[in-house]
Amino acid sequence: MAMIEFKNVSKWYGSFQVLKDCTTQVEKGEVIVVCGPSGSGKSTLIKCVNGLEPFQSGSLIVNGQSVGDKATNLPQLRAKIGMVFQNFELFPHMNVTANLNLAQVKVLGRGVEEATAKSHALLRRVGLIDHAQKFPGQLSGGQQQRVSIARALAMDPIAMLFDEPTSALDPEMINEVLDVMVELAQEGMTMMCVTHEMGFARKVAHRVIFMDRGEIVEDATKNDFFGTPRSERAQQFLSKILHH
Amino acid sequence: MDFGFLTQPAFSGGGTYLDWVISGVKWTLLVSLCAWVIAFTIGSVLGVMRTTRVAWLYGPATAYVELFRNIPLLVHMFIWYFVVPEIVPNTLGTWMKQGMPMPEFWSAVLALGFYTASRVAEQVRSGIQSIPRGQTHAALATGLTMPQVYRHLLLPMGYRIVIPPLTSEFLTIFKNSSVALTIGVLELTAQARTISEYTFRTFEIFTLATVVYVLITMAVVVVMQLLERRVQVPGYIGTGK
Ligand SMILES: Nc1ncnc2c1ncn2[C@@H]1O[C@H](COP(=O)(O)OP(=O)(O)O)[C@@H](O)[C@H]1O
Ligand SMILES: [Mg+2]
Repeated sequence: MAMIEFKNVSKWYGSFQVLKDCTTQVEKGEVIVVCGPSGSGKSTLIKCVNGLEPFQSGSLIVNGQSVGDKATNLPQLRAKIGMVFQNFELFPHMNVTANLNLAQVKVLGRGVEEATAKSHALLRRVGLIDHAQKFPGQLSGGQQQRVSIARALAMDPIAMLFDEPTSALDPEMINEVLDVMVELAQEGMTMMCVTHEMGFARKVAHRVIFMDRGEIVEDATKNDFFGTPRSERAQQFLSKILHH
Repeated sequence: MDFGFLTQPAFSGGGTYLDWVISGVKWTLLVSLCAWVIAFTIGSVLGVMRTTRVAWLYGPATAYVELFRNIPLLVHMFIWYFVVPEIVPNTLGTWMKQGMPMPEFWSAVLALGFYTASRVAEQVRSGIQSIPRGQTHAALATGLTMPQVYRHLLLPMGYRIVIPPLTSEFLTIFKNSSVALTIGVLELTAQARTISEYTFRTFEIFTLATVVYVLITMAVVVVMQLLERRVQVPGYIGTGK
């Protein structure tokens, strides 16, 4: 069974339909890149996966659980799915270690010592152990984003969601974040990444999803997508982002 | 100006006029601090209720805020002092009028406390709502429940953001406590007025009262600044919505 399975998911804001019958799936170990113009519904789609955005029709099964079902324990499900945001969203009043410890202690019930050991191991991995006692506001954007990836990994997630993780970064910091993501992908992490970094997509993605106006217009293997995108909208989009 | 009259024996009570002033200061502080405890507690709860999306929480809280902050403080005082004892159950009303110690004091504390609570609630609400939605999303995404998100993120950040406006509410409560004289609390302004009637040293006594209010204000500002510095977040600049 797929790790994440969308079936005809639709969502409206009032009379405006943000998601139109979206159907796709992410298998265990798969890396999916989601792209498309601004406002096409990419963030909304990815936030449906862990129930941050409710939807009105269709079904969405994550790790065997129906996200839309009222009986589903969302906090429990979310604890298993890591998420990384465009604006990092670290907790500003906690130092880096405390950011990584919080959910480990409060959600997983780990002891502070065990959590700290885990946090420090992850900070070492993303190259930030020297910043363990700093506050988010004292770090660069690239460093903050690596901390936020570490924060998600601290929960031992079964899948990771990324919503434009490099869009808010200065160009010189994009690679330090992408490197961490590539490494994760190569280790076999299940990933759903909203990003326009086509270099990243070419390197590690298995499939690419192209969205436009709330619809999944293209859902193709990496080679098909970059070789022969079927829809005109995807072709236009690709030529726009590849030629600047 | 001649402050010599302060050491003269007062018209009644056996002490000096200075003792009256000190007693006034004591009641000003007592009314204000007790009212602040109520205002801060109730105001925080109401402010948090208004930020939830649960209708039976934000509905009543919104009604409270709109009702209480739109009625003048003076009317609050009169209602608690004159009206409440008449409309509560009979035995309680009789006790409030005859048995309850210091009825003016408690009426003033409740009036000022519940009135200021509506203002504190608005500050707390706006502080929490100025935290970008992405922060809540990020906290929820780690598996925290909504109450945990309030406890570990929204409240600690929200209170930090509203320290300056809360300081100003705290200052206002000391100034507003003078309204308690209308229901007979002998706080600083009431004592100053009485002393001026007995001694005709109007200018001196109100100058003294002003100085005392300014000193209280300065003390509050210093304490709140210390607090602000203590909880300051390194490297944090505003909420940048
Ligand atoms: N809370 C909301 N209320 C109304 N419309 C919204 C809301 N959030 C997003 N939208 C609209 O939904 C569409 C999709 O948004 P989003 O998923 O953020 O797009 P993307 O991430 O692809 O840029 C946009 O047109 C946006 O304006
Ligand atoms: Mg987006």
